[in-house]
Amino acid sequence: MPIILDHVNYIYGEDGPLAVKALDDICLQIPDGQFVGIIGHTGSGKSTLVQHMNGLLKATSGHIYFGGEDIYDKDFRMKKLRSKVGLVFQYPEHQLFEIDVFSDVCFGPKNLGMDQKEAELKAFDALRKVGLPAELYYQSPFELSGGQKRRAAIAGVLAMAPEVLILDEPTAGLDPKGRDEILHQIKELQIQTGMTILLVSHSMEDVAEYVDRIIVMNKGKVMYDDVPQKVFSHYRELEEVGLAAPQVTYILHALKDRGFQVDENATTTDEAVETILRSLGK
Amino acid sequence: MLRDITLGQYYQTESVIHRLDPRVKLGGTLLYIISVFLFRNFLGYGVAAIFLATVIGLSRVPFRFIVKGMKAIVFLLLITVVFNLFLTPGTELVSVWKLTVTVEGLRTAVTMAVRLTMLIIGSSLMTLTTTPNNLTDGMESMMKPFKVFHVPVHEVAMIMSIALRFIPILLEETDKIMKAQIARGADFETGNIIKRARALVPILVPLFISAFRRANDLAMAMEARCYRGGEGRTKMKPLIYQRRDRLGYLCIFVYLVVSVAAGRL
Repeated sequence: MPIILDHVNYIYGEDGPLAVKALDDICLQIPDGQFVGIIGHTGSGKSTLVQHMNGLLKATSGHIYFGGEDIYDKDFRMKKLRSKVGLVFQYPEHQLFEIDVFSDVCFGPKNLGMDQKEAELKAFDALRKVGLPAELYYQSPFELSGGQKRRAAIAGVLAMAPEVLILDEPTAGLDPKGRDEILHQIKELQIQTGMTILLVSHSMEDVAEYVDRIIVMNKGKVMYDDVPQKVFSHYRELEEVGLAAPQVTYILHALKDRGFQVDENATTTDEAVETILRSLGK
Repeated sequence: MLRDITLGQYYQTESVIHRLDPRVKLGGTLLYIISVFLFRNFLGYGVAAIFLATVIGLSRVPFRFIVKGMKAIVFLLLITVVFNLFLTPGTELVSVWKLTVTVEGLRTAVTMAVRLTMLIIGSSLMTLTTTPNNLTDGMESMMKPFKVFHVPVHEVAMIMSIALRFIPILLEETDKIMKAQIARGADFETGNIIKRARALVPILVPLFISAFRRANDLAMAMEARCYRGGEGRTKMKPLIYQRRDRLGYLCIFVYLVVSVAAGRL
């Protein structure tokens, strides 16, 4: 179901000495099945934004609609929203607590009122989707490696079978290999299930290859909201706010300036290779 | 939710009280607490209230902010009042069923409530206007004489400062873990007491793990910077009394004399 944010504002520590406007008049529409990247510098409001989408933070003003219903209505059931919009926090492995991985993944579905058998089926399915080796299912989550813990934690949210999956910096603290694996798995998941995915990140490189749309946040505002090619064409403005376009954008622009016939809108390395080869007549 | 607890938190702003030497504030708070226990009549509390109001005014900490931190101890206050109200023997005032309110009970209950409130406001004012680092520096310096009796003054001060420093960190961490579990459908608000206690497990386990992890990291970071106790350790900003600090001591002394004199008339 689509999510619509209508003039959403949020102020942290409203009556303290250090009140900060974390979200400033946000209007967004997230349609079904889209893979959206939310990019922004530290403190740009991107994590705050996604916490609004499943009702963990309540907007200071403005409205949020999920599937046409106002989530701030009195008779709206937040629990339903949270089962439909799964949020994977930053460093999700810090929320693991059960004695083994499998029971931890069952925690979510059981909270939704599923019986033991149904919850186990969902957990099994989720663990398979995140690609965790089966021999780890009954180990203590604290014995796994960093990347494995992260997968187990993502499975914990996935097991609730949400329609929208939000991941807040799912690659933070992982090595390049682990990062690529996780992002790949997420893309795979989106293709298989067609679920809406919101990927929060501060790295353009991370999202460029995978997403259909990029929302750039800066100082609590939406700075750009467009397809990756269009967003990256503003690479000079992005630099000014401490972000950067993917490296290939810079290379292609530099080549173009020196008279090569390349398409500077290519966003992924593969596309870049193709256009460079073509310009060389190969 | 959890961020609302202001006990032991620092409120950042510019004021005379903020700039005072921590030893003045520590000593002042101690004397203030003693004074509150010495009063025999309500006049003394009146003087103390005026003094407290003046200090709050000077500190530029909004009164709203202080009161918000009090919410956490309302329950404790209530228990004290109820017990004193009904369980003090003396002349009967009103009697409902088996519960009797006595004149003495009423008096003790009100005194206790006023006393506790003033104690907590006074001491939270100290933490609100002093950074934890300053506070422990002050404590360390004031406890120095106890070194003669082999009290590990520096270590105690260091433990205190780390403990204080961890309060906001752990609160934030709890908030984060709670949110993460709520996002997984956890429910902390409904059900009977056993169900609610069980609902805390998904918060407490990760919280303990994170606390140990942080403690471990901190120990490592301190060791990496060659920390080896207080022996021969100098300070970057040693505490030196200024004129305003001497003036501060004078004000506290005057307050003590006036309030105790008024309170024991």
